[in-house]
Amino acid sequence: MAVLNEEQDMLRDMAREWTTNENPVTEWRKVRASGDPKAYDEGVYATMAEMGWTGIIIPEDHGGSDFGWLSAGLVIEELGKTLTASPLVASTIAASAIILGGSEEQKAKWLPRLASGEIVGTLAVDEAARHDPAQIGASVADGKLTGTKRFVHEAHGANLFVVAAKDGLYLVEKGDGVTLTDRKLTDQRSHADIAFDGAAADRLGEGGDDLLDKVLDRARVLTACEMLGMAQHVFDTTLDYLKQRVQFNQVLATFQALQHRMADLFADLALMRSAVEGGLQALDAGFRPAQAATMAKAEANRVLKLISNEGIQLHGGIGMTDEYDVGFYLKRARVLEASFGSTSFLKDRYATLGGY
Amino acid sequence: MATQPEVDMHSEEDAFREEVRQFLDQHFPEELKGKGNAMASVEGPGDETEPQRRWREAMGDKGWGTPTWPKEYGGGGLTRKEAAILNEEMAKAGAYNPIGGMGVMMFGPTLLEYGSEKQKKEHIPPICRGEIRWCQGYSEPGAGSDLANLQTFAEDRGDHYVVNGQKTWTSGGQWADKCFAIVRTDKSDKHKGISFMLIDMDAPGVEVRPIQMISGMSPFCETFFDDVKVPKENLVGEEGQGWTIGKRLLQHERTNLSGGGSMARMMGSSLADIARKYGETDADGRLADPVLRDRIADFEIRWNAFLLTARRAGEESKAQGGVSEISSVLKKVGTKLGQERAELTIEIMGLQGLGWEGEGFSESELAGVRAWLFGKATTIYGGSTEVQNNIIAKRVLGMLDHQ
Repeated sequence: MAVLNEEQDMLRDMAREWTTNENPVTEWRKVRASGDPKAYDEGVYATMAEMGWTGIIIPEDHGGSDFGWLSAGLVIEELGKTLTASPLVASTIAASAIILGGSEEQKAKWLPRLASGEIVGTLAVDEAARHDPAQIGASVADGKLTGTKRFVHEAHGANLFVVAAKDGLYLVEKGDGVTLTDRKLTDQRSHADIAFDGAAADRLGEGGDDLLDKVLDRARVLTACEMLGMAQHVFDTTLDYLKQRVQFNQVLATFQALQHRMADLFADLALMRSAVEGGLQALDAGFRPAQAATMAKAEANRVLKLISNEGIQLHGGIGMTDEYDVGFYLKRARVLEASFGSTSFLKDRYATLGGY
Repeated sequence: MATQPEVDMHSEEDAFREEVRQFLDQHFPEELKGKGNAMASVEGPGDETEPQRRWREAMGDKGWGTPTWPKEYGGGGLTRKEAAILNEEMAKAGAYNPIGGMGVMMFGPTLLEYGSEKQKKEHIPPICRGEIRWCQGYSEPGAGSDLANLQTFAEDRGDHYVVNGQKTWTSGGQWADKCFAIVRTDKSDKHKGISFMLIDMDAPGVEVRPIQMISGMSPFCETFFDDVKVPKENLVGEEGQGWTIGKRLLQHERTNLSGGGSMARMMGSSLADIARKYGETDADGRLADPVLRDRIADFEIRWNAFLLTARRAGEESKAQGGVSEISSVLKKVGTKLGQERAELTIEIMGLQGLGWEGEGFSESELAGVRAWLFGKATTIYGGSTEVQNNIIAKRVLGMLDHQ
């Protein structure tokens, strides 16, 4: 864990206490059972907004607290531990696009509402099942956007879409010319294909030619934070389980074969944490954020895949049951791994950034 | 007013940086630029050249080879911040720290903690000046990973001990002046029967035989003790305290062995540069072999995550005032990645990367092969990877003893 200041310490403790007491995985079970396509509890998101979490990266004069990326990451990691369903990651990414690319007018119009949780934003980039920001077909003519985006996170709850078109990023409000088609993925959260058919679009004109890359780097880091929380939780619960389960008249934790596997996972988890926190710190410092973000998500993909698989295996048969939580983490893990860059995409990007 | 101390701190740092620059300018011999050798302590002393001697003495006099050690024993008495500045400036000037070896890395810090005032006054200053070489008398033929099983026995003869037994894997034993050793003073208790003592390598009865390794080098020795007389004043701490002191020393060893993977860093060029040199690139300057390119990126990502972890462990230790729990993974991960890098390096070069000697191979190609082979030792010595896993499982994860 990175060395934190007092403010960050408090924020993390508050998030940890809230998720543990108010939002354990049983809350996710309730959301799932409700069948609501938004797949989160609006009351819960309102509470998160009251605690200020929706405005952590938003400047103070636009209604946020401007605590920075490391602070945002701490909260999201805690939410990941209990699989708290909310559009906080999606909305924070959307806010970052407006902070980086919006005019003063656009910022004044949208940021306070995102910060207060009144509206939810999300990013819509990919047009196929695999993340590929180089393949964008959506286009804008006369302020009207046309094109189809696939597997958009939190599409059902979002009021505002940050949409990648051929010539840049655009803000599109949910409404006329915007049609959602449910895409139910294994994590059972909100995903949809979105057809934009002449929807009114407002261009984010600042932030330079690489605005989309910058926003995606932020998406990668925040997604990696959620994944870090998940990996930490699966590791912790698996370790607890090994300390309780008895076979051959012995607690499983006393078997050296299992001890060494856990030691390996512990080491990988340490690398993942360093990479993810390094990504957050690079965003805050503005020092080589593209490399750091790519590395953060690449390590998150590698290690969460490993830990989510080992978590199932080490739990044995009960890990395969819906009654146990570990399966939820496995399913959510794969969805996040594929989002904003698979491992092969990220390695290619890392090599390109490194000039080879 | 609030910013005043910060300004002062900065100007003090600037003044120190200036002092370092002047010192380097005055004392670092131009011809030694970029000639530091991280392997010096295992490859042997060779013959010190005149400029090397002058540089060692200059650094030794200043105490800057052991920058954070107390001044009263010959150290530099610098703060961590100042030591970091010293390192930065040395790197900029192509200079290196000529004071090293096991005295600096392991024995010195341990003696500063456990030694008597008299022992510290006697042994620390020559380490700071790089005058005395120390070796480590730990492993025995029957005590490798199970180190506490050591049998070398020191018999109490009143004012001295008489030591009999055999140590092995004594790094640099053939060049060492003195040995810090753990030996048995009580056969009835495995751990509490161990004591930590200092043995002169030129004492009668000490015999050293170098072991030739797969790398062709002989950095390790077998060391035999045959009725070797060791004065009681050479006992560090109490009799029976050797296991505690010895383990503390191993913590210093682990920190140094992981230390950002010196094996890999020594190998110089980045993997991508090596791949460009020995392979093809496409029109965009990308490596033409997509599989290799992927593997290099895969390695570099994990390697950089490891470097971040080493930095994080340091920051956490500093903030908590104790050893961070992730320190336990550094040795295991750093050595594994170092080996992986060496394997990738020779693989990229093809058979040109497997030269043993003679014409047709560059110096760095030959060195690469030896380093690849020597690197296999890194996951065995200093507590093997398997021992590290036991330590992590038991002490950090609280999994119960498997025995």
